[in-house]
Amino acid sequence: MTSPLIEVEDLTIDFPTGTGTVRAVDGLSFSVEQGGALGVVGESGSGKSATAFALLGLHRGSGARIGGSVRVAGVDVLTAGERELRGLRGGLAAMVFQDPLSSLDPYFAIGDQIAEVYRVHHPKASRRAARGRAVEVLDRVGIADAPRRARFRPHEFSGGMRQRALIAMALACEPRLLVADEPTTALDVTVQAQILDLLGELRQETGMGLLLVTHDLGVVAGSVDEVLVMKDGRAVERGPVGTVLGAPRQPYTRDLVAAVPRLGTAEPRGAATGEVLLEAVGVRREFGRRGTRVAAVDGVSLTVRAGETLGVVGESGSGKTTLGRMLVGLLEPTGGELRRPGARSGAGTPGLQMVFQDPVSSLNPRRSIGESIADPLRTAGVLDDAAIVARVRELLERVGLDPDWYHRYPHEFSGGQRQRVGIARALAPEPRLIVCDEPVSALDVTTQAQVIRLLGELQRELGLALVFIAHDLAVVRQVSDNVAVMRAGRIVEYGPAGRVYEAPEHEYTKGLLAAVPVLDPDESAARRAARRRALATTG
Amino acid sequence: MTLLTRFALRRLLAALLVLLVLSIAVYALFYVLPGDPARLACGPKCTADQVAQVRTQLGLDDPALAQYAHFLHGLFAGTDISTGVGTEHCGAPCLGFSYQNGEQVTSLLAQRLPATASLSLGAMALWLVIGVGTGVLSALRHGGITERLLTAVTLAGNAVPVFIIGILLMLLFVSVLGWLPFPSYVPLTEDPEQWAWNLVLPWLSLAILESAKYARLTRSSMLDTLSEDHVRTFRAYGVRERSVIGRHALRGALPPVIALTALDLGTMFGGAVLTESLFGIPGLGKSLVDSVRTEDLPVVVGLVLVTGFFVVLANAVADVLYAVADRRVVLA
Repeated sequence: MTSPLIEVEDLTIDFPTGTGTVRAVDGLSFSVEQGGALGVVGESGSGKSATAFALLGLHRGSGARIGGSVRVAGVDVLTAGERELRGLRGGLAAMVFQDPLSSLDPYFAIGDQIAEVYRVHHPKASRRAARGRAVEVLDRVGIADAPRRARFRPHEFSGGMRQRALIAMALACEPRLLVADEPTTALDVTVQAQILDLLGELRQETGMGLLLVTHDLGVVAGSVDEVLVMKDGRAVERGPVGTVLGAPRQPYTRDLVAAVPRLGTAEPRGAATGEVLLEAVGVRREFGRRGTRVAAVDGVSLTVRAGETLGVVGESGSGKTTLGRMLVGLLEPTGGELRRPGARSGAGTPGLQMVFQDPVSSLNPRRSIGESIADPLRTAGVLDDAAIVARVRELLERVGLDPDWYHRYPHEFSGGQRQRVGIARALAPEPRLIVCDEPVSALDVTTQAQVIRLLGELQRELGLALVFIAHDLAVVRQVSDNVAVMRAGRIVEYGPAGRVYEAPEHEYTKGLLAAVPVLDPDESAARRAARRRALATTG
Repeated sequence: MTLLTRFALRRLLAALLVLLVLSIAVYALFYVLPGDPARLACGPKCTADQVAQVRTQLGLDDPALAQYAHFLHGLFAGTDISTGVGTEHCGAPCLGFSYQNGEQVTSLLAQRLPATASLSLGAMALWLVIGVGTGVLSALRHGGITERLLTAVTLAGNAVPVFIIGILLMLLFVSVLGWLPFPSYVPLTEDPEQWAWNLVLPWLSLAILESAKYARLTRSSMLDTLSEDHVRTFRAYGVRERSVIGRHALRGALPPVIALTALDLGTMFGGAVLTESLFGIPGLGKSLVDSVRTEDLPVVVGLVLVTGFFVVLANAVADVLYAVADRRVVLA
């Protein structure tokens, strides 16, 4: 029983496309010992998820061509028969997916879904025994009142609970390997910390191996022993997690580590003293009908000055997007007041623009990017056609794109480039304030750093004020002069970034900061221990 | 469960309201149509005396609101009506009197309903099996020759009018092969076996026509669910492909099929006019054709109301079924 848990040799994966094949994984070899934990990190398109899927033979029937060899828990995945492969899947190696909502069947109770999987691998188990096992594992992953909650459907669970349920499904058959593909990417930072803690505990308890795929270096730091860095389908660097993250040997790894936004390292910024552009006083917004009315934003007051960046952080559901939409006038407040000193009244909101989170869906796929950028100019109706085209070309150049790409369509661009188009569109009417709603959360870290740098440059050159809405505390720290921490529609803490991050006053802010993953494995372990102690003392 | 019950009640209440609006619209037909409502109701063969009598009977000299109230009263509580030779009680739901047939509209339609119900329900069962089956198969063989073949066949079925399909089927099964009797409607209560044998051809004709729609819908819906993450989850946990498709993918693909079935079934209950005429089935569709031809207005109005009733009812039931299938609907 000393054979490795995972043995991958010279793995290649080719996906057929309309114009040929794309090589997603190119000659990858690695192994993981029994009970070991390997983190696979890389940016989108690096082939890390394709590799994880190959471990369970999930490319079968998809048309992908696989070469090399993959052995998991003694099963030769590429040549195994259907029966053997089904025994491996869920029985010996179980997978946890990124999106816990869509990864569970919306039509069945969660307990029944887990029981179904259990009975696949234990055909002799009765229905009742399988249900019992489902409740047991749900209880183990920390779902309170598991016997009752096992009858809930996925939409009745929160995001964190769904991911726990998925982990429970993985545990049901006591696998020897857990493959987790971006298990915390869709979750809030405090929930992410809980899930990572849970994975660590389960490993200790059951001795199962872990393959953790993620784009987030902070996530691997505290969760695995070794890291494999991937780029373009190849392994760039592999080693103990402390060494790779602390003293990377390869230039690519070094860039990657350097691009990770950090909590403690922000350039000092001058205090904003410009004129007040926008002032919110007790702004409130409710949704829903009588009886089920919910205040998404509940009495928020803040001030944005020229040249300043105001960071708004909060977890999902805290009301930050609703606030942002009200600030630019996309939503009417149901209470409170928005003041814009110096703005002409009743002339729409030309001085305010917005950059959206998803650069894919916020651009019309059927219009060229140049036309998308020109839209606000045409609406304004001041410039003639030639002047508009000239202005768009100038804007494209300004955000670091080739002006000759005017006639190209969004699908021809990468995520970072599309977000640059979004920024150019926001800049077109020469606004004084841009509200950026999660402008970089859909981007890889290196792209993220470039877009943030661009926003900083534009701000300095044009004297723009930015409202930067994000869930990522480190990103907000990097860009902001002032920070507002939102929770349940209210601002719980508001002040200069340095003060809020270094000496947080509110318990919630402290909790958020403590949950942010750090790159140093030792620090990460210390924090985890602290969280556990805190949990033990509070009961 | 309480949420679901409340949803169901709300949905049925809304259906009632729609029916009320429908009854107003239908009743207004009497007034909107050109000509004397009394003469229309009585039919072209009525004498002037009879027309006058009908006018009093219909209360056409009363204010419009009172007339409508009387109509509603008849619908829900019944009323007494004059038949031209005397007065008889017309129990709820009273839809009026057909002077041409010398019979109450309600009982006239009630006699026709079983035939239409037999035709529609049987055809539905058949088209669901054929349509959903082909749809699932097309989705599983996506991009392959099987899919293209199935698509071609079902589209051809949809493109040919029902009277041609029906005649061809009759030619084949009755004249050439002699496997089936020449269709003539036998009530279920009389002889179940003969009832079924005689309905096979009408069922098949309707099903061939309808199943193309269901095959296309099931196919695209199934392709959507097959690409969903939770289907991948169950594959990744070693669940057999048969269960993955049957339990998880198909289940998710069914809600739109339920909705379409309700619409089609509701409409068909109002009479599958062509099919009923072709096979001589004495159903609602046939009486619609007859009553329009003879300008028997009370019957036409009654038929429109009944058709509307079934469409609205079927949709309400479909919405509730939809919610049972997918509990998230209740929250929306």
